[in-house]
Amino acid sequence: MHPSNDSGLPGGPRTDRITGLPTGSAPIVDGGPIVAFDNVSKNWGDNQVLKALNFNVNPGEKVSIIGPSGSGKTTILRILMTLESPTEGQVHVDGDVLWDVKRGDKIRETKVMRNTRRKIGMVFQGFNLFPHMTALENIIEAPVHVLGMNKADARERGAELLKMVGLGAHMNHTPPQMSGGQQQRVAIARALAMRPKVLLFDEPTSALDPELIGEVLNVIRNLANSTDMTMLMVTHEMRFAEEISDRVVMFDQGQVVESGPPEQIFKNPQEERTRAFLQAVLKH
Amino acid sequence: MIWDNAFAISIIPMLLKGLWVTVQLTLLGTLIAAVLGLIAAVIRRLQVPVLSHIVTFMVIFVRGTPLLIQAYVAFFVLPIYGISFNAFTTGVVIIGINYSAYMAEVYRSGIQGVPTGQWEAATALSLPAARTWFRVILPQAVRTVIPMLGNYLIQMFKDSAVLSAITVVELMATAQSIGTSTYRYLEPLTMAGALFFLVSYPASRLVNKLERRYAPKQ
Repeated sequence: MHPSNDSGLPGGPRTDRITGLPTGSAPIVDGGPIVAFDNVSKNWGDNQVLKALNFNVNPGEKVSIIGPSGSGKTTILRILMTLESPTEGQVHVDGDVLWDVKRGDKIRETKVMRNTRRKIGMVFQGFNLFPHMTALENIIEAPVHVLGMNKADARERGAELLKMVGLGAHMNHTPPQMSGGQQQRVAIARALAMRPKVLLFDEPTSALDPELIGEVLNVIRNLANSTDMTMLMVTHEMRFAEEISDRVVMFDQGQVVESGPPEQIFKNPQEERTRAFLQAVLKH
Repeated sequence: MIWDNAFAISIIPMLLKGLWVTVQLTLLGTLIAAVLGLIAAVIRRLQVPVLSHIVTFMVIFVRGTPLLIQAYVAFFVLPIYGISFNAFTTGVVIIGINYSAYMAEVYRSGIQGVPTGQWEAATALSLPAARTWFRVILPQAVRTVIPMLGNYLIQMFKDSAVLSAITVVELMATAQSIGTSTYRYLEPLTMAGALFFLVSYPASRLVNKLERRYAPKQ
């Protein structure tokens, strides 16, 4: 279990089996955070979704974000993926600037942002696979056309990734031919193919029929246990968050209410709002 | 006037020749319309400064004026300024531009119909803009509008008769000229109409089939 403060993580210079990244060797000297939100605000008109948020994630850390819907959890991930821009504030990823916005700035996509973005991958609630491509084509598209991998290598690695998520036999199926659980597993493989340093999960099982949730959680669990990739997950699966997270962050009204190891959050929450939220969701 | 069968049969080869010109007009015109319309739709969607406004204005202008006037201006007025092509080329270009304005709208709806999640997935994978358009968005957008484009093709096939006014010798003009030279209009006009119908009816059945096949999934 990793500490919840800002200290770095130990780790040798071995290479991760799945992501292909060197493990435990964050480029920032001695354990700076790999994701850092500094005073980040996000407004939708009068509605302030994030309120001067300060929030760090350490390299290799598995963090789950919980909280009521509309609390701004997903916005954190979407800002990291550059799908939304902050109204104000700075976001650093792996030591590079992703966002540096002053109130009233015109938002433009910069080269630095594009380069930094490549270190991040995202798994969406609605899978968002490309429906006109096969599973394997979905996976090799970006490695070939963004990373410049040669096609044969990309296919080989894509096939490996599909096997890893239990879909070795579905390589040539298109998304409409697959169940939601299978699609989400392909989506995870697609994100991994880009060897991200930070992988974001935005309610990865919320759109699934109950009987399909397990297969997706299994894949995420295996990833969490076997890689040093940083993982940031917004989820309503409380037991799963408790099981796989190094740290759980309770989020409400655009702010971190409480952050700590899962034992603390789930067994002994310090904040009344956390307690109330958990009582409400765990009752069912 | 009584229908003269022998006369009717004797003019079939001429009418078929006219029909062939009409088909060529339609296919080439559709090609131009499909390409220009797509370019216009993408430019508008990208909100390219100045260019988008020009395109928007062109679309509104072309849709707001009759095809016949556009054809007349292109064929009778532009040559005064040194821009002159033969009737067929002028006809193809004019009908192509005219329909591109309508097809641009069709593509626009198709592009809009691609779920936001597809754009977001492309961003999350850092796909370059061109790759996102050509490999992710357009294949899905165009697929859903193929039946609508097909309907416009059929409409253009019939509309191309207007180009007889600028001396393109297509099916309508052929029928007319047979009429003027023989003083018999019944057979050529009836048969020209029948030929239009014989092509457009099966074509619209085919489009119906495409509609079912390309209906958006889910």
